[in-house]
Amino acid sequence: MEYMDFKEGKPMKYGLICGMEVHAELKTASKMFCGCKNDPFHAEKPNIYTCPVCLGMPGALPVPNKKAIEWAIKLGLALGCEINLFSKFDRKHYFYPDLPKGYQISQADLPFCINGKVETTFGPVRIRRIHLEEDTGKLLHQTIAGEKVTLVDFNRSSVPLIEIVSEADIRSPEQAMEYAQKLRQIIRYLDIGDCDMEKGGMRVEANLSLLLLEKFPEGIPVPIDESNFLPYKVELKNINSFKFMAAAVNYEMNRQAEILDSGETPAQETRGWNTAKQESFPQRSKENAEDYRYFPDPDIPPFRFTQAQIEELRNELPEMPEIVAQRWADEYGIEAKYIEPALESQNLVQWGEEIVTAAKASQQQPNKVFSALFNKKIPAKIGDPAQSLVDQYIALTSHEQLGDNELRTAVEEVMAQNEDAVTRYKAGQVQLLGFFMGQVMKSLGKKVDPQQIKATIETVLGS
Amino acid sequence: MSLNTKTLTEQKSLLEEKEVTLSEIYSDTLAEIKAKNEQLNIYLTLNNLAEAQAAERTNKALAGLPMSVKDNFCTQGLRTTASSTLLDTFIPQYESTVTKNLQNNGGVIIGKTNLDAWAHGSSTESSQYGTTLNPRNPEHLPGGSSGGAAASVAADMCSAGIGSETAGSIRQPAAWCGVVGLKPSYGRCSRYGAIAMASSTDSPGPLAKTVKDAALVFNAIAGHDPLDATSSPQVFTDFSRDIDKPITGVKIGYVYHGLEGISNDVYTAFEIQLEVFKSLGASVEFADAMNPQLAVGVYTIVQRGEVSSNLARFTGVRYGYDRTYFGAEAKRRIMLGTHTLSKGYADKYYDTAQKVRTLFREDYTQLFAQYDILISLTSPGYAKKIGASEGSAMFGELEDMLLEPSSITGLPGISVPCYRDEKTNLFLGMNIVAPMWQEEKMIQVAHAYEQATQWNTWTSKKGSL
Amino acid sequence: MSQQITPQLVAHIAQLANIPITQEEQQQFARAFTATLETIQSLQSIDVTGVEPTHQVTGLENVVRDDKVQPEYTFTQQQALANASKQIDGFFVVPQILNKNK
Repeated sequence: MEYMDFKEGKPMKYGLICGMEVHAELKTASKMFCGCKNDPFHAEKPNIYTCPVCLGMPGALPVPNKKAIEWAIKLGLALGCEINLFSKFDRKHYFYPDLPKGYQISQADLPFCINGKVETTFGPVRIRRIHLEEDTGKLLHQTIAGEKVTLVDFNRSSVPLIEIVSEADIRSPEQAMEYAQKLRQIIRYLDIGDCDMEKGGMRVEANLSLLLLEKFPEGIPVPIDESNFLPYKVELKNINSFKFMAAAVNYEMNRQAEILDSGETPAQETRGWNTAKQESFPQRSKENAEDYRYFPDPDIPPFRFTQAQIEELRNELPEMPEIVAQRWADEYGIEAKYIEPALESQNLVQWGEEIVTAAKASQQQPNKVFSALFNKKIPAKIGDPAQSLVDQYIALTSHEQLGDNELRTAVEEVMAQNEDAVTRYKAGQVQLLGFFMGQVMKSLGKKVDPQQIKATIETVLGS
Repeated sequence: MSLNTKTLTEQKSLLEEKEVTLSEIYSDTLAEIKAKNEQLNIYLTLNNLAEAQAAERTNKALAGLPMSVKDNFCTQGLRTTASSTLLDTFIPQYESTVTKNLQNNGGVIIGKTNLDAWAHGSSTESSQYGTTLNPRNPEHLPGGSSGGAAASVAADMCSAGIGSETAGSIRQPAAWCGVVGLKPSYGRCSRYGAIAMASSTDSPGPLAKTVKDAALVFNAIAGHDPLDATSSPQVFTDFSRDIDKPITGVKIGYVYHGLEGISNDVYTAFEIQLEVFKSLGASVEFADAMNPQLAVGVYTIVQRGEVSSNLARFTGVRYGYDRTYFGAEAKRRIMLGTHTLSKGYADKYYDTAQKVRTLFREDYTQLFAQYDILISLTSPGYAKKIGASEGSAMFGELEDMLLEPSSITGLPGISVPCYRDEKTNLFLGMNIVAPMWQEEKMIQVAHAYEQATQWNTWTSKKGSL
Repeated sequence: MSQQITPQLVAHIAQLANIPITQEEQQQFARAFTATLETIQSLQSIDVTGVEPTHQVTGLENVVRDDKVQPEYTFTQQQALANASKQIDGFFVVPQILNKNK
């Protein structure tokens, strides 16, 4: 395997060991532990969706959001995870102004989901765990009257957050990007999160180190024993697009390779990405101490699920995009380029299924209907009733019953009867085309494909 | 008229029979507060709207009568300090569920009572607003942390009070002040809005002049709360349902007898009381329970860990002042708790403590297989003198040792006065513990004992301050 | 065997706990902690093999709430800020001290 140097296009000696942590906000109506509205992006003012609980007022207590938990489990099931039948929330302690209680309610040793997998074109990426936690408030650094101040808005405090932690199975920047994109697609497909990167609805972090490829002539395997890892890890944080993440990983591979080449070990640190300069830079990690003093949250009784309950949630899962894609290709013969856009959401897939059903019922080929739709041969819009779509397609294709000769004859007749108009058309009055088309249709007395008429007229008139 | 010296039940009755007016009761109560509060330092804040509120609540169970509330319950619009200057100007914009229930059932908050700051203690001496004096003998402490609450009842400055217990904080001051203190089963009363100390044991509960009064207030504040995930869905109708039933045949186990460090005089005075139960037809046996000393260790670790976590939110940004305002005791507990939860130590301390807690639960299960009720001294001795708690880092935990086993396991217990020393006018308390969710039973036994003895200064003909 | 609580360890704990303490307090707390930890040494002698920890005495499990917005519990902006030491335009203000540490 060869990895391309970001700057110079040279192959590298090192391979990538990379894991990713992805956070996604869930779009529940209310927050994770209280009944405040979960809508921080659209709040017109700061601190209007708060209450004693998400503000960390004295005596306030958390009560978990049932839907958020169900969605977390469903996501785990969709990603092939095992669900821990016994689970709990733990307190994760650190001090920071956006964390009102001085601890975040999260999950430590017993997350809801473990041991899943995401398939990428580069190979599978295993998921170590998926857990639920609460988001923090938002800090704003401003200068007011010449003084630097930090302002806090708690509208986002305690919004439900899913955290997905992968194993260090990622071997290229491209794979990192695909992994993140796949997760985003699935979360959006399940309709549990919008994953708007710019608004912070989805956040990605990577931690990576390098290994000499020499030791692994076939490429670094997945999985690989941690004992092979070099004694450092660089964390990439606060990067708000997949493209930048891939660029940062690529840049890091080069940076770390240079250091390793010189006989040194890269520093264990957190780094951010400077888009303007296209380089990474060291950042102070706010949780230096790393002693979160986890203990089970005494305010929240633990969870015990039965296998039956989990199966019920599994049954509520829609068919996942990959399966849909497979089935549409194998059973319906639909081309990949028409399948991909439908996988955006369950609604689109549902609509697609209806079109297939309607098409089959009228003895039409689904793929051709899709083609007509995508190539704008029929005027239908997304969401239009499937039957009308198929009807339009049928109207379109029944035109093909008309033989070329019959059409040509009709066109020539119309031209003969309208010599003056023909002259004017050839002189530049191209809008007369519509008139000609109308005349041809009238003379034929049946519905004809406008494209076909147009083409024939143009051929006859030699334009 | 001294209507404030009547019990809540008597006041209710007098009101119902229109022999007195609510106004008169308030007049007498407020006069008492005016006369003695400065000296005894019981109330930190008074509610100016009390009488106006009372007028609207006369037709409810608590008849608009004046209640004291420990100042660690968030009361909307009424200053709440937890007896710490860190919260000196804190005015909650929300109501705790217990005080909401209290008021919905006709109670009126007449004022907020003093406590050990943040409820850290068993003397009220660590209050940053000065200690409260024991109304029975002002050279002595009222106990804690609900010292102000217990004193407010003993001093007839309210019809009843609300306190909270993490490990002894209702029952011990009740014993030291010679009043009744009821700690419910954990989860029976909502913790929402009660400033958290140790989340896994905190229990709001009433302090009152008699067992009947305590049951009345308990009825008013208990119940499931959707805002508290640890709040029990257990249903109840009336905790005084069995209060007048005779206790013949009840099997009582007497625990924590013969412990070192408790004087013979105290044991003698207490053990005479066992005869009372026998005369009422109950049986009493000396029983052996797991060493309560071990509960001290469990409680200390679990409590301090949870305290360090629960006080992490006080940074002075959203409310209150910054963390330099914590008193020495609070700082000690936060730091020790942080230590016992930290990497490398959590296994040794916190995890072990939670396991020993299980052993205590199993011990109680075994005891309640043989007995219906367990009794013991509430406190190892009488109320200590002012100044006794200073310099002693473990003062609280040792004073509460006899109560900690039931606290850490969540069992309900009620303390009633069971002896009065004529020379000092100080009291001993009897702790009566029932199995989880069986408060009716302990109330029944406590009431029977109270009625059959002279130690209650309101029901006894001879009793006097 | 009791643990050595040195003033240095106390300083570290104080930092972790975000509690400002003086040098003198460091010494005092070191002594107080040692006393407290000695008291709880007795726990170490108990055999807890095979014993499950008790985190919840209620025995409750699976306590959740429906995903509904509850405006009756939501603060107005004014209520949220009512007890703030400092506010600007509806935001809480973090003291300068913290800024220095970032």
